[in-house]
Amino acid sequence: MVIGLGHYLTVAAVLFTLGVFGIFINRKNVIVILMSVELILLAVNINMVAFSTHLNDIVGQVFAMLILTVAAAEAAIGLAILVVFFRNRGSIAVEDINRLRG
Amino acid sequence: MTVTAAFFYLFATITIASGFMVIASRNPVQSVLFLILAFVNAAGLFLMMGAEFLAMILVIVYVGAVAVLFLFVVMMLDVDFAALRQGFLQYLPIGGLIGVILLLELILVVGTYTIDPGLVRSPAVPIPAADVMTNTEALGQVLYTRYFYFFQAAGLILLVAMIGAIVLTLRERVGVRRQDISKQNARTQETAVEVRKVPFRQGI
Repeated sequence: MVIGLGHYLTVAAVLFTLGVFGIFINRKNVIVILMSVELILLAVNINMVAFSTHLNDIVGQVFAMLILTVAAAEAAIGLAILVVFFRNRGSIAVEDINRLRG
Repeated sequence: MTVTAAFFYLFATITIASGFMVIASRNPVQSVLFLILAFVNAAGLFLMMGAEFLAMILVIVYVGAVAVLFLFVVMMLDVDFAALRQGFLQYLPIGGLIGVILLLELILVVGTYTIDPGLVRSPAVPIPAADVMTNTEALGQVLYTRYFYFFQAAGLILLVAMIGAIVLTLRERVGVRRQDISKQNARTQETAVEVRKVPFRQGI
Protein backbone atom coordinates (compact mmCIF):
# COMPACT_ATOMS: atom_id res chain seq x y z
CA MET A 1 0.00 0.00 0.00
CA VAL A 2 1.51 3.29 -1.13
CA ILE A 3 0.97 6.38 0.95
CA GLY A 4 0.19 9.12 -1.56
CA LEU A 5 -1.05 12.65 -1.73
CA GLY A 6 -4.63 11.65 -0.93
CA HIS A 7 -3.70 10.25 2.47
CA TYR A 8 -1.99 13.45 3.57
CA LEU A 9 -4.82 15.58 2.21
CA THR A 10 -7.31 13.50 4.19
CA VAL A 11 -5.36 14.01 7.40
CA ALA A 12 -5.20 17.75 6.71
CA ALA A 13 -8.94 17.86 5.95
CA VAL A 14 -9.81 16.10 9.21
CA LEU A 15 -7.51 18.37 11.18
CA PHE A 16 -8.99 21.47 9.51
CA THR A 17 -12.51 20.29 10.33
CA LEU A 18 -11.51 19.67 13.93
CA GLY A 19 -10.20 23.22 14.14
CA VAL A 20 -13.41 24.73 12.78
CA PHE A 21 -15.48 22.45 15.03
CA GLY A 22 -13.41 23.54 18.01
CA ILE A 23 -14.18 27.20 17.33
CA PHE A 24 -17.89 26.39 17.35
CA ILE A 25 -18.11 24.24 20.46
CA ASN A 26 -15.71 26.29 22.60
CA ARG A 27 -17.39 29.58 21.88
CA LYS A 28 -16.72 30.99 25.34
CA ASN A 29 -13.05 30.20 25.79
CA VAL A 30 -10.74 32.46 23.79
CA ILE A 31 -7.65 30.39 24.56
CA VAL A 32 -9.13 27.23 23.05
CA ILE A 33 -10.30 29.26 20.03
CA LEU A 34 -6.72 30.44 19.50
CA MET A 35 -5.54 26.84 19.75
CA SER A 36 -8.17 25.83 17.18
CA VAL A 37 -6.80 28.48 14.82
CA GLU A 38 -3.34 26.95 15.31
CA LEU A 39 -4.79 23.55 14.36
CA ILE A 40 -6.31 25.03 11.20
CA LEU A 41 -2.99 26.60 10.22
CA LEU A 42 -1.24 23.28 10.86
CA ALA A 43 -3.69 21.57 8.51
CA VAL A 44 -2.96 24.18 5.85
CA ASN A 45 0.76 23.57 6.31
CA ILE A 46 0.31 19.82 5.87
CA ASN A 47 -1.54 20.55 2.61
CA MET A 48 1.24 22.86 1.41
CA VAL A 49 4.01 20.36 2.12
CA ALA A 50 2.01 17.45 0.66
CA PHE A 51 1.52 19.28 -2.64
CA SER A 52 5.14 20.41 -2.59
CA THR A 53 6.27 16.80 -2.36
CA HIS A 54 3.77 15.53 -4.88
CA LEU A 55 4.54 18.17 -7.51
CA ASN A 56 8.28 17.99 -6.81
CA ASP A 57 8.32 21.75 -6.27
CA ILE A 58 10.05 23.30 -3.27
CA VAL A 59 8.06 26.56 -3.46
CA GLY A 60 5.31 24.93 -1.38
CA GLN A 61 7.74 24.45 1.47
CA VAL A 62 8.85 28.09 1.25
CA PHE A 63 5.26 29.19 1.61
CA ALA A 64 4.65 26.70 4.43
CA MET A 65 7.49 28.42 6.26
CA LEU A 66 5.91 31.83 5.70
CA ILE A 67 2.60 30.48 7.04
CA LEU A 68 4.46 29.25 10.11
CA THR A 69 5.87 32.74 10.64
CA VAL A 70 2.47 34.36 10.39
CA ALA A 71 0.98 31.75 12.74
CA ALA A 72 3.65 32.43 15.35
CA ALA A 73 3.09 36.19 15.10
CA GLU A 74 -0.66 35.69 15.33
CA ALA A 75 -0.34 33.56 18.46
CA ALA A 76 1.92 36.11 20.13
CA ILE A 77 -0.35 39.07 19.36
CA GLY A 78 -3.51 37.12 20.23
CA LEU A 79 -2.18 36.04 23.59
CA ALA A 80 -0.92 39.56 24.34
CA ILE A 81 -4.39 40.97 23.62
CA LEU A 82 -5.85 38.22 25.82
CA VAL A 83 -3.57 39.11 28.73
CA VAL A 84 -4.41 42.82 28.44
CA PHE A 85 -8.10 42.02 28.23
CA PHE A 86 -7.95 39.81 31.29
CA ARG A 87 -6.12 42.56 33.18
CA ASN A 88 -8.87 45.05 32.37
CA ARG A 89 -11.96 42.88 32.76
CA GLY A 90 -10.92 39.92 34.90
CA SER A 91 -12.52 37.51 32.46
CA ILE A 92 -11.75 35.95 29.09
CA ALA A 93 -15.28 34.89 28.17
CA VAL A 94 -16.11 35.81 24.59
CA GLU A 95 -19.46 37.36 25.50
CA ASP A 96 -17.70 39.87 27.76
CA ILE A 97 -15.70 41.17 24.80
CA ASN A 98 -18.24 43.78 23.75
CA ARG A 99 -16.74 47.07 24.87
CA LEU A 100 -16.61 48.47 21.36
CA ARG A 101 -20.39 48.23 21.27
CA GLY A 102 -20.48 51.16 23.67
CA MET B 1 1.81 -3.28 5.20
CA THR B 2 5.10 -1.56 4.75
CA VAL B 3 6.96 0.32 7.44
CA THR B 4 6.19 3.63 5.69
CA ALA B 5 2.48 3.01 5.78
CA ALA B 6 2.66 1.90 9.41
CA PHE B 7 4.46 5.08 10.40
CA PHE B 8 2.07 7.21 8.38
CA TYR B 9 -0.95 5.70 10.13
CA LEU B 10 0.75 6.04 13.52
CA PHE B 11 1.52 9.74 13.03
CA ALA B 12 -1.81 10.51 11.36
CA THR B 13 -3.87 8.76 14.04
CA ILE B 14 -2.08 10.43 16.92
CA THR B 15 -2.23 13.84 15.21
CA ILE B 16 -5.97 13.62 14.66
CA ALA B 17 -6.70 12.10 18.07
CA SER B 18 -4.73 14.78 19.89
CA GLY B 19 -6.31 17.43 17.68
CA PHE B 20 -9.66 16.17 18.88
CA MET B 21 -8.51 16.20 22.49
CA VAL B 22 -7.36 19.84 22.07
CA ILE B 23 -10.92 20.94 21.44
CA ALA B 24 -12.66 18.41 23.69
CA SER B 25 -10.48 18.53 26.79
CA ARG B 26 -11.98 20.04 29.92
CA ASN B 27 -8.77 21.52 31.20
CA PRO B 28 -6.98 24.09 28.98
CA VAL B 29 -3.59 22.92 30.28
CA GLN B 30 -4.39 19.47 28.92
CA SER B 31 -5.48 21.13 25.66
CA VAL B 32 -2.08 22.78 25.32
CA LEU B 33 -0.28 19.51 26.05
CA PHE B 34 -2.34 17.74 23.40
CA LEU B 35 -1.57 20.61 21.01
CA ILE B 36 2.13 19.90 21.59
CA LEU B 37 1.52 16.20 20.85
CA ALA B 38 -0.32 17.12 17.64
CA PHE B 39 2.56 19.36 16.52
CA VAL B 40 5.20 16.72 17.21
CA ASN B 41 3.29 14.11 15.23
CA ALA B 42 2.66 16.57 12.41
CA ALA B 43 6.44 17.08 12.37
CA GLY B 44 6.68 13.31 11.90
CA LEU B 45 4.34 13.57 8.91
CA PHE B 46 6.51 16.39 7.51
CA LEU B 47 9.58 14.17 7.87
CA MET B 48 7.83 11.42 5.94
CA MET B 49 7.07 13.89 3.14
CA GLY B 50 10.74 14.85 2.92
CA ALA B 51 10.44 18.33 4.43
CA GLU B 52 13.06 17.85 7.13
CA PHE B 53 13.75 21.52 7.73
CA LEU B 54 10.08 22.36 8.20
CA ALA B 55 9.68 19.40 10.56
CA MET B 56 12.49 20.67 12.77
CA ILE B 57 11.16 24.25 12.57
CA LEU B 58 7.77 22.95 13.62
CA VAL B 59 9.24 21.27 16.69
CA ILE B 60 11.44 24.23 17.61
CA VAL B 61 9.09 27.11 16.88
CA TYR B 62 5.74 25.57 17.71
CA VAL B 63 6.53 23.20 20.53
CA GLY B 64 9.39 25.27 21.91
CA ALA B 65 7.88 28.72 21.62
CA VAL B 66 4.21 28.97 20.68
CA ALA B 67 2.89 26.08 22.76
CA VAL B 68 4.96 27.14 25.77
CA LEU B 69 3.59 30.68 25.33
CA PHE B 70 0.08 29.21 25.42
CA LEU B 71 1.01 27.25 28.53
CA PHE B 72 2.32 30.40 30.21
CA VAL B 73 -0.85 32.34 29.47
CA VAL B 74 -3.17 29.52 30.53
CA MET B 75 -1.37 29.13 33.83
CA MET B 76 -0.99 32.89 34.37
CA LEU B 77 -4.66 33.77 33.97
CA ASP B 78 -6.73 32.97 37.01
CA VAL B 79 -9.88 31.96 35.18
CA ASP B 80 -12.64 29.62 36.22
CA PHE B 81 -12.49 27.37 33.19
CA ALA B 82 -15.42 25.27 34.34
CA ALA B 83 -17.71 28.29 33.91
CA LEU B 84 -16.40 28.75 30.38
CA ARG B 85 -17.55 25.23 29.55
CA GLN B 86 -21.17 26.25 30.04
CA GLY B 87 -23.06 26.08 26.77
CA PHE B 88 -20.79 23.34 25.49
CA LEU B 89 -23.77 21.19 24.58
CA GLN B 90 -25.74 24.17 23.33
CA TYR B 91 -23.42 24.73 20.39
CA LEU B 92 -22.72 21.03 19.80
CA PRO B 93 -25.53 20.38 17.26
CA ILE B 94 -24.87 23.41 15.05
CA GLY B 95 -21.12 23.01 15.37
CA GLY B 96 -21.36 19.31 14.60
CA LEU B 97 -23.57 19.98 11.59
CA ILE B 98 -21.17 22.53 10.13
CA GLY B 99 -18.19 20.30 10.92
CA VAL B 100 -19.75 17.30 9.19
CA ILE B 101 -20.71 19.36 6.13
CA LEU B 102 -17.22 20.83 5.90
CA LEU B 103 -15.60 17.43 6.30
CA LEU B 104 -17.83 15.86 3.64
CA GLU B 105 -17.03 18.64 1.19
CA LEU B 106 -13.31 18.37 1.86
CA ILE B 107 -13.41 14.58 1.47
CA LEU B 108 -15.31 15.03 -1.81
CA VAL B 109 -12.61 17.41 -3.04
CA VAL B 110 -9.80 15.14 -1.91
CA GLY B 111 -11.45 12.09 -3.42
CA THR B 112 -12.23 13.49 -6.85
CA TYR B 113 -9.47 15.95 -7.74
CA THR B 114 -7.12 15.44 -10.64
CA ILE B 115 -3.89 17.34 -11.07
CA ASP B 116 -3.01 18.84 -14.42
CA PRO B 117 -0.15 16.63 -15.68
CA GLY B 118 1.58 19.71 -17.08
CA LEU B 119 1.88 21.00 -13.53
CA VAL B 120 3.75 17.89 -12.44
CA ARG B 121 6.11 18.14 -15.41
CA SER B 122 7.01 21.81 -14.94
CA PRO B 123 7.63 22.73 -11.30
CA ALA B 124 8.71 26.30 -10.60
CA VAL B 125 11.71 25.18 -8.56
CA PRO B 126 12.23 21.41 -8.61
CA ILE B 127 13.29 19.67 -5.41
CA PRO B 128 16.85 18.43 -5.88
CA ALA B 129 17.60 14.78 -5.18
CA ALA B 130 18.53 13.98 -1.61
CA ASP B 131 22.09 12.95 -2.52
CA VAL B 132 22.73 16.22 -4.38
CA MET B 133 21.56 18.71 -1.79
CA THR B 134 19.93 18.58 1.62
CA ASN B 135 16.41 19.88 2.08
CA THR B 136 17.66 22.80 4.19
CA GLU B 137 20.18 23.85 1.56
CA ALA B 138 17.63 23.63 -1.23
CA LEU B 139 15.15 25.69 0.77
CA GLY B 140 17.78 28.31 1.53
CA GLN B 141 18.83 28.61 -2.10
CA VAL B 142 15.26 29.47 -3.05
CA LEU B 143 14.32 31.53 -0.01
CA TYR B 144 17.29 33.89 -0.10
CA THR B 145 17.17 34.52 -3.85
CA ARG B 146 13.85 34.10 -5.52
CA TYR B 147 11.63 34.74 -2.48
CA PHE B 148 13.89 37.26 -0.81
CA TYR B 149 11.17 39.91 -0.49
CA PHE B 150 8.81 37.39 1.09
CA PHE B 151 11.56 36.51 3.53
CA GLN B 152 12.02 40.18 4.43
CA ALA B 153 8.27 40.63 4.81
CA ALA B 154 8.18 37.64 7.18
CA GLY B 155 10.89 39.26 9.27
CA LEU B 156 8.96 42.50 9.30
CA ILE B 157 5.81 40.66 10.45
CA LEU B 158 7.74 39.11 13.32
CA LEU B 159 9.18 42.50 14.27
CA VAL B 160 5.72 44.07 14.28
CA ALA B 161 4.38 41.16 16.33
CA MET B 162 7.20 41.54 18.84
CA ILE B 163 6.77 45.29 19.22
CA GLY B 164 2.99 44.89 19.36
CA ALA B 165 3.13 42.26 22.08
CA ILE B 166 5.53 44.36 24.15
CA VAL B 167 3.51 47.56 23.72
CA LEU B 168 0.28 45.79 24.58
CA THR B 169 1.45 44.09 27.74
CA LEU B 170 3.89 46.68 29.10
CA ARG B 171 2.45 48.22 32.22
CA GLU B 172 3.74 51.27 34.10
CA ARG B 173 3.25 50.34 37.70
CA VAL B 174 2.59 53.25 40.05
CA GLY B 175 4.24 53.30 43.44
CA VAL B 176 7.30 51.31 42.40
CA ARG B 177 10.57 52.94 43.49
CA ARG B 178 13.14 52.51 40.76
CA GLN B 179 16.78 53.48 40.86
CA ASP B 180 17.48 56.62 38.82
CA ILE B 181 21.23 56.91 38.54
CA SER B 182 21.37 60.33 36.87
CA LYS B 183 19.13 61.70 39.58
CA GLN B 184 21.38 60.17 42.23
CA ASN B 185 24.49 61.63 40.63
CA ALA B 186 22.90 65.06 40.33
CA ARG B 187 22.31 65.29 44.04
CA THR B 188 24.48 67.82 45.83
CA GLN B 189 25.11 68.35 49.46
CA GLU B 190 22.76 71.36 49.48
CA THR B 191 19.75 69.36 48.25
CA ALA B 192 20.47 66.32 50.39
CA VAL B 193 21.50 67.59 53.80
CA GLU B 194 20.19 70.53 55.77
CA VAL B 195 22.17 71.85 58.69
CA ARG B 196 20.14 73.41 61.44
CA LYS B 197 20.99 75.02 64.65
CA VAL B 198 19.13 73.18 67.39
CA PRO B 199 18.34 75.17 70.51
CA PHE B 200 19.37 73.53 73.73
CA ARG B 201 16.68 71.32 75.33
CA GLN B 202 14.01 72.25 72.79
CA GLY B 203 14.49 70.02 69.77
CA ILE B 204 13.49 71.01 66.30
